[in-house]
Amino acid sequence: MVAIAEQREQVENHQQNIGSQIDICQVSHVFDTPKGKLPVLNQVNLTVQAGEFVALLGPSGCGKSTLLRLVAGLEPATQGTLLQDDELIVRPDPSRIVVFQDPTLFPWRTVWDNVALGLQARGLLRRDRHRVDDALNRVGLGEFAQSYPHQLSGGMAQRVAFARALVNDPSLLILDEPLGKLDSLTRLAMQTELVDLWRKNGFSALLVTHDVEEALFLAQRVVVFSERPARIKAEIRVDLPYPRHRGDPRIAALRREALAHLGLDDSW
Amino acid sequence: MSMLMFWGDDMNELIANGVLVQESDVAQADRAVAPSMLWHSGLLAGLAWIAFGILTWGVPNHVVGFTDWLYTKELGVAGVLVGAGLLLFSTSWAQRAGGTRLQELRPYGAWLVAVPVILGLWEYFTAKTGLLPVPFFAPPQSLIDVYIDDWQRLGGSVVNTLKLLAIGVAYGAVVGFLVGVSVGWSKSIGYWVHPVLRVLGPLPATALLPLTFYFFPSSYSAAIFLVALATGFPVAVLTWSGIASVSKNYYDVARTMGASEWFLIFRVAIPAALPQVFVGLFMGLSASFSVLVTAEMMGVKSGLGWYLTWAQGWASYTNMYAALIVMALLFSGLISLLFLVRDYVLSWQKGTVKW
Repeated sequence: MVAIAEQREQVENHQQNIGSQIDICQVSHVFDTPKGKLPVLNQVNLTVQAGEFVALLGPSGCGKSTLLRLVAGLEPATQGTLLQDDELIVRPDPSRIVVFQDPTLFPWRTVWDNVALGLQARGLLRRDRHRVDDALNRVGLGEFAQSYPHQLSGGMAQRVAFARALVNDPSLLILDEPLGKLDSLTRLAMQTELVDLWRKNGFSALLVTHDVEEALFLAQRVVVFSERPARIKAEIRVDLPYPRHRGDPRIAALRREALAHLGLDDSW
Repeated sequence: MSMLMFWGDDMNELIANGVLVQESDVAQADRAVAPSMLWHSGLLAGLAWIAFGILTWGVPNHVVGFTDWLYTKELGVAGVLVGAGLLLFSTSWAQRAGGTRLQELRPYGAWLVAVPVILGLWEYFTAKTGLLPVPFFAPPQSLIDVYIDDWQRLGGSVVNTLKLLAIGVAYGAVVGFLVGVSVGWSKSIGYWVHPVLRVLGPLPATALLPLTFYFFPSSYSAAIFLVALATGFPVAVLTWSGIASVSKNYYDVARTMGASEWFLIFRVAIPAALPQVFVGLFMGLSASFSVLVTAEMMGVKSGLGWYLTWAQGWASYTNMYAALIVMALLFSGLISLLFLVRDYVLSWQKGTVKW
């Protein structure tokens, strides 16, 4: 707890927004498929502290994304409980926003209208129009407010998706490989931006990624999952201050450790 | 002639690029002084129109029955005038002075040649030689006669057709859209409506014609019902499939941001399905034309369909041709209008098909 409190202090918390604490208790999940039951999560226990950045690493298709859907409240867990600040998660809520691998912008809406989605859905748009502009400026796309999604590059579209999430002032940002489809340069730039957004806004973040370096660059704690059905195999605490440096020898060492947990001892 | 017509522009381009010109130096020198803007296919079109005019005006009509064709001279003069105008427009001077507006005509060059050629053949085989027999065939100038002589009846028919079509299509589109949305959205509505749609949908609306004329208080209301039915079916099916194929991710995004069911239907499902809805409207509108004309021919005592049967009753095939041309322009115009609306509503799409 002391270590976390210290890390919280590193976060320059401009915002009123304090991140949520998420408790995942004994969660198992089974999919009903035509071929029978498919267990995807096996007795997962995980706590995300308020304002903490946690990354989930694991083999493809191991069930990490499913865990995110459960935390988002998009699906109920087969077994176990999920809590947000000691309250049961039973349905989606704007305090927990998901950013998907695809930007999933609505192609019929302009960038501005896409970002306004959450406020409009909750009937707050009339009062809070300036928040849309703020969110767009925060991701540096103020000039593109009136563009349509098909006019944007992949990186810009994903930035709009971040703005669309941030406009809701989420206390938990759920990131399902949000940078997975970007080219490597854009990806590095966006990682830095993501850290900035998190440090400035103070939300908790739960990130699924396949990129070990990305996890170590962004997160305070990296949780390694096993093959499906996923259970937690290891936890790596990334005790490095922000802003981090990619060439930090400590990151290289942690990377070796993480890869070993993923069964890639020799190939790093 | 036809070869020239299609090759004209390409040849110009090749020549302009100096590919086909042996003395390319000369050509380049020429271009340096004053780039020629002469419109070659325009010149050709002008000559073709003048030829058509002279054929019509100069060659005497082959008189079969009692009277000569009216408006022969006028048509000939018009042809010559159009041709002269095109010749004038095609000159370097006019092309430069007319600016972009005149140059917008350029892509239509081949068509401007083809039309007088076709008109000339038509004129030749009907009025000039009588190889195509009266009364089944009529020369171009006889259509002018009909439009001038019978415009009131024809105009009235257009108005009645449009009125019937507007009412029927409006009902059909609205009901079809609502049915499509509810079948696509609600499983329990889908359970009941889907089989009905599947079995009754492919039934041609015209097949119900005798039945509806019996059941409905007037043949007019029966026709409205049939037009609505013909429009409604494709609109319903395509709206439904559009709603059903909306990506689940859109709903997930909206749901995590606190969207209500209402929001998911009206702000996510329907806008996402709109491209499909417009395909349905296009198909529905096309289907409605056929039903409409049939209904007007069978029972309704007005409209273009009625005009056709009326003209047939008098063996007045000229009137029929005139009405068919009006009908073609009217229906094509309506489809164009629909596409215009679609392009406006779906302007967020890239690369929409142009009509």
